[in-house]
Amino acid sequence: MSEKSVTITDACIGCGECTKACPFGSITVVDGLAVVSDDCRVCGVCVDACPVDAIKIKEFEISTLSDFKGVLVYAEQHEGKIHPVVYELLGKGRELADQLGEELYTVLIGNNIGKQGDQLISRGADRVYIYEDSSLSSFRDDPYTQILAECVQECRPSILLIGATGLGRALGPRVAARLKTGLTADCTGLEIDPETNLLLQTRPAYGGNIMATIITPNSRPQMATVRYKVMNEAKIDEKRNGVIINRSIPKSLQDRVKVLGFEPIKEEINITDADIIVAGGKGLNDANGFKLLEELAKEIGAAVGASRPTVDEGWITYRHQVGLSGKTVRPKLYIACGISGVVQHLAGMKTSDIIISINKDKEAPICSVSTITAIGDLYEVIPRLIEKIKTHKKNQ
Amino acid sequence: MSAELNIIVCIKQVPETTEVEFDEETGRLKREGIAAIINPFDEYAIETGLQIKEKYGGKVKVLTMGPPAADQALRDSIAMGAEEAYLATDRVFAGADTWATSYTLAKIINNIGKFDLIICGLKTTDGDTGQTGPEMAETLGVPCICYVSEILSIENGVIKVKRSLDNGVELLEASLPILITVGKDIAQPRLATLRGRIAARKAVINQITNKELGLDIKTIGLDGSFTRVIKIFTPPSTAGGEILQGTPEELAESIFQKLKEKKVI
Repeated sequence: MSEKSVTITDACIGCGECTKACPFGSITVVDGLAVVSDDCRVCGVCVDACPVDAIKIKEFEISTLSDFKGVLVYAEQHEGKIHPVVYELLGKGRELADQLGEELYTVLIGNNIGKQGDQLISRGADRVYIYEDSSLSSFRDDPYTQILAECVQECRPSILLIGATGLGRALGPRVAARLKTGLTADCTGLEIDPETNLLLQTRPAYGGNIMATIITPNSRPQMATVRYKVMNEAKIDEKRNGVIINRSIPKSLQDRVKVLGFEPIKEEINITDADIIVAGGKGLNDANGFKLLEELAKEIGAAVGASRPTVDEGWITYRHQVGLSGKTVRPKLYIACGISGVVQHLAGMKTSDIIISINKDKEAPICSVSTITAIGDLYEVIPRLIEKIKTHKKNQ
Repeated sequence: MSAELNIIVCIKQVPETTEVEFDEETGRLKREGIAAIINPFDEYAIETGLQIKEKYGGKVKVLTMGPPAADQALRDSIAMGAEEAYLATDRVFAGADTWATSYTLAKIINNIGKFDLIICGLKTTDGDTGQTGPEMAETLGVPCICYVSEILSIENGVIKVKRSLDNGVELLEASLPILITVGKDIAQPRLATLRGRIAARKAVINQITNKELGLDIKTIGLDGSFTRVIKIFTPPSTAGGEILQGTPEELAESIFQKLKEKKVI
């Protein structure tokens, strides 16, 4: 099978003659370049209208699904440092690739990142694509989308995994829409169906009250964003072999959103990264309660979380909010202090490995998801707990 | 001052509670008896649109796709202060995944006319994907900024915003038209006024079916969806653990021992 499509080459000067000529109104000039939309019927009028011969009609083979092979992992990085979710994706990706008898690829986009290639190989990648350029030092949706889509067109993976981080969940949909393929958000389970070799993507919906398994049967790659801290990290094997492929970035890189500045959050552990979270609810009674929780958090290296009412009251800022209308977290330990545990809050934290709650009411819904619940006044219990931890540390 | 801004807010009607049940046989959600509301994040999107309109001048149009009953979500938006409402409702739109939804909405937006700003809530509380906004931006060929937490300025066709990321706050600038998604840190949604409610009752909701749009059936609804749900199940429920009672000292000691056992300290 073959299909025709209109492509605009680098020769385009953005004069707009094609826009005027197109009978379907499908060409617009964006940032000095002509862009063809889906309304194009490949009539060819624009080819004749172009004064600089920049428009071509190409005939290409429509690929079949079986042409797509291997698992590609997007290696998210910040200032040259790989996000830990990538190691989890490589761990899962390796498993899926082995089951399919195919290869595991990864793609790294950014600046000053070249030295990370070997590390990705030691974590299981057979092939690492690197797109390195000084213009890519900060993440922007436009150029990163364009490059990731190009990489997919070159490497033609059957599966593409992206970490369900803030940036990953912004990038994934742009890439999926550009490639015209399915994307499943925030997966917590990935398996290969042994009969069809399709990727079975399982994810929570309705705040975790329902799980759904989703497939992408007729388009490739099968794309998923994957929740952080769910899959197991790939183990490091320094002896592994792999290939590093350096690719130059496209000549015309779309880049419509400018980054003017960045204010990092200081002295705080971010709740989505934290292994331990100490969270407070209405039972704190006032904003000062969070000072006590911060003290406990500091002693055990935890981040501070909060239930919605405390944020609504203005006791703490929104970025601490855990739950359906805040962040979903999955730390190793979640200590819920004075949180009754309405369903919206539980949705955001109930998959934590261990949950300890301190609450006056033993009928509170939080008890049903807690590993242990201490029935008591948090203002009586927490100061004593902090003292015990301090003494313990001194004696070590 | 530049011309009036054309603002489109995309919203979705969702069940009021996430404690939903589904029919094991059909795999369909039991919606009977569950009230439907505007997706909470979308109220922040509407509020953002209204504040921009009040500050810079313009018009706020609301758009949703859903069953005929989603009419109510649009009337509630008008009660808050939106001027025009569009309801895409047609059996052939049903069963759409995020891609098919974003494609249909993008085509409708092109039909509504010129726009400067599209605002979406950052995700819905039912599907919880956050994909429809950025997928729509891609289909419309406009840039997209997710997780906007503050609109700093809109001047001479250029918007400056702050957005909240996992590790900090980013300051961004882009030319209109653009699509943004907003979270709950952007503003407090207003309540409907009495005048707004009266306007909402009288408002004409523009109904859009595929007759007007003329989209290829293979690109919309279930047939246009790249993903398929093959199984729905309830996650295993947790039984609940140990309940500790005692003096504050005993409770603190038990928690301390647990922390030691789990190697937290």
